[in-house]
Amino acid sequence: MTIFWWTRKKSYLRFILRELTSLAVAFFTIEMIFLFWSLKEGPDVYHEFMEFLRSPVLVFLNLSAMAGLLFHSITWFNLSAKAIVVKIGKARIPGKLVASVNYIAWIIISAVIVWILY
Amino acid sequence: MQQQITLEIFRYNPDDKEGPAYKKYEVPFRKDWVILDALNHIKDRIDGTLSFRWSCRMGICGSCGMKVNGNPVLTCASFLEKLAPGPIRIEPLEYFPVIRDLVINMDDFMDNLKKVRSWIIHEKDDNLDEEYLQTPDQLSDYKQYSMCINCMLCYSACPVYGLEPGFMGPAVIALAQRYNMDSRDDGNKLRMDIMNAEGGIWHCTFVGDCSAVCPKNVDPAGAIQRYKLEGARAWWTRWLLPWGKE
Ligand code: SF4
Ligand code: FES
Repeated sequence: MTIFWWTRKKSYLRFILRELTSLAVAFFTIEMIFLFWSLKEGPDVYHEFMEFLRSPVLVFLNLSAMAGLLFHSITWFNLSAKAIVVKIGKARIPGKLVASVNYIAWIIISAVIVWILY
Repeated sequence: MQQQITLEIFRYNPDDKEGPAYKKYEVPFRKDWVILDALNHIKDRIDGTLSFRWSCRMGICGSCGMKVNGNPVLTCASFLEKLAPGPIRIEPLEYFPVIRDLVINMDDFMDNLKKVRSWIIHEKDDNLDEEYLQTPDQLSDYKQYSMCINCMLCYSACPVYGLEPGFMGPAVIALAQRYNMDSRDDGNKLRMDIMNAEGGIWHCTFVGDCSAVCPKNVDPAGAIQRYKLEGARAWWTRWLLPWGKE
């Protein structure tokens, strides 16, 4: 098998994209760690870091990472129902509902963060 | 409407020195014909040496799986019309050793099926006078997995099966789940040890194509992810509550 097996089918390509976008998750995590570190170092370092984030390269990187992150989260949320089988009484809860619980939690948590920040 | 359609068929005879090759055949293009009808036409009227497996012609026996234009399908359920104007390329299922032409060797699957104890296990000795009752609701817990016809399409769709020697593959794991979820079975723990070991569930990266190609809606990818969740839960319980029950 060649290492380019994932180019053979659309579904394989989608899988590889989903896996690769975990790099975007890692990127954001590292950026966050630096952000907290700069906060700890005091206002000067913090502002310097903010300035650094405003550079076009970083803006571009962040926007692409954001797109990757959205793709990652959405594809995983939609798949979550495969692993999580919930039964209420005798009936199995439809997969769409299991996935939507993820989305609702996502929206609520994001809203809380936005509310704290502004 | 076109009168004929071309099939490009993978031919391989181990006794031939020439090695595998694709051969073209013209067959009548009929609305009511599936690929399997066309293959049988070739075998009966054009070239009797063509080898392939089939039996039921109705999606039950699971023996007619092949790769058609690159996709693993049951040839008794794939109409020529859908694949017109052709040519249609027909190959043996991927990742299996080829015995001859379109016939594959599926010993690996059979061995693994035994390894995961795909039968009902009772903790106590079977009492043949006793009945093991099951309600329709209990049946519905595993019924989906019991629909597997061992057609091997999911293996042919699974790049991990191609890349990882030793991986048991989708259907075997779905069938292990079929017994795990059977209310009459006590073999869960035993199968979990096998599934957590080399060749088991953790090789799966959840490409998900096995479920997309399954003609019986077994959803092996779902079965494996449920298994992983259960495996992770058992592992944590063992660490956090070593005195507890798994
Ligand atoms: S799980 Fe589906 S695709 Fe795989 S062998 Fe069973 S019936 Fe065929
Ligand atoms: S011939 Fe039996 S499944 Fe196709």
